[in-house]
Amino acid sequence: MESRLCRLFLTGAHTTFLALLMLSMTDIHAAEPLEKKTEQIILPELERREIKQAAIDAEDFEFGIFAGALSIEDFGVNASVGARLTYHVTEDFFTELSVGVSKASETSYEALLGNVQLLSDDERDYIYYNLALGYNLFSGEAFFGKSAFNSDLYLIAGIGNTNFANDDHFTWSIGAGYRFIPKDWYAIHIDFRDHIFNSDILGADKQTHNLEINAGISFFF
Amino acid sequence: MLPKRQTNEIMRIVFFCLLVLQALASGQARAEETYLEVIVSDPYIEMHTGPASGYPVTHVIERGEKIKVLIRKTDWYKVRTRKNKEGWVHRNELRQTLTLDGRKTKFRDVSIEGYRNRDWEIGLLSGDFEGAASVTLYGTYYLTPTLSTELSGTHAIGNFSSSVMANVRIAAHPFPEWRVSPFFALGAGYIKTEPDATLVRTVDRDDPVANVSIGTHIYLTKRFIFRLEYNNYKIFTSRNDNEEVEEWKAGFAVFF
Repeated sequence: MESRLCRLFLTGAHTTFLALLMLSMTDIHAAEPLEKKTEQIILPELERREIKQAAIDAEDFEFGIFAGALSIEDFGVNASVGARLTYHVTEDFFTELSVGVSKASETSYEALLGNVQLLSDDERDYIYYNLALGYNLFSGEAFFGKSAFNSDLYLIAGIGNTNFANDDHFTWSIGAGYRFIPKDWYAIHIDFRDHIFNSDILGADKQTHNLEINAGISFFF
Repeated sequence: MLPKRQTNEIMRIVFFCLLVLQALASGQARAEETYLEVIVSDPYIEMHTGPASGYPVTHVIERGEKIKVLIRKTDWYKVRTRKNKEGWVHRNELRQTLTLDGRKTKFRDVSIEGYRNRDWEIGLLSGDFEGAASVTLYGTYYLTPTLSTELSGTHAIGNFSSSVMANVRIAAHPFPEWRVSPFFALGAGYIKTEPDATLVRTVDRDDPVANVSIGTHIYLTKRFIFRLEYNNYKIFTSRNDNEEVEEWKAGFAVFF
């Protein structure tokens, strides 16, 4: 009798527990839609766009080619060509890597004597590279006829190497240039440079000044 | 008359060029559509004719006006107004602009924060390589703010010889948050030494080289860093004794 009562009680407890459990579950289920009601029903159709600087096309680099005349001390004035890569760090400062080649002609001594050759044909190759820092001294508009164009007058100084007469020479370069910018994507340059290095090609060691004037075109990217 | 095969080849090249051109053109068209648009919230901002403060101001954009941001040169942005006026605006002037949905834009200046979190660094150094003048161009990639790898090329130009050297280094920066941040580096590379042509000809030498260095970075302003370093190189020559070379150099770098 006791065990039967016990079983009944247990079954009752079991059922109650199950019922309670079910109730609690339905309670949970019932609670959910209530929460949903507090959510926003209409979502605004806004296009969330993050504005980051990286998304805007940056044109801080400039690549250009140039041609001109280089006066190689004692070896006459010769045609020169080259290329340069510029990185504009700020509106005022830029860094530039330039490479140029030329070929030395005869010294006046060789020209007068006719049959004397101080350097072989190979040794007359003049190749230089230069790493420089430039400063835009005057940025402003230039007027050509009635149209206004952007332009910069800059100063530049750098170091590098000159390979001449099959020798390397540590070279200082100083100069100034004019950048004429008809469109945002290209510029026309006129440049003056003095390449200074010590040379012992003609015997005694001396400082040589090699002046260069050139014109070129460059493209921003 | 060209042979058929050659004609086919030319046709293929022409077709390819056309495809490339079309791709470029559609790229441009896409770029046109995706220009960023911002709203001016300052009382007004000034538009210059060029990307520097020296260029004259020709137009003023008022509060509430929508502008498209086209390109950037250094700290200057080329913008276009609704009336198709184009000009250059400094970053400081764009800082107070809003996005089309009314939030603040993020036109940040390059500052010491950027220096602390830089990924790339490119620099030019010059100095004294055991009596020879040296020029070094290097590029660094920061794996973490405290650890970097570096590739450098050095040209040492002396009175009697000149050397070209390539080095790979790994550097530790224990205090990356400091404005003056020291570093230590270990590296290995190759050095090619060529005697002067005016001297009695000796053979060129090609030797492996190892180096230890200590130096410091000093943040200057904007993207500029000053760098000073001392290097000690051990050149493993093919002769009986190894050569030791000391080098001091300093220079400037920019970071990205």
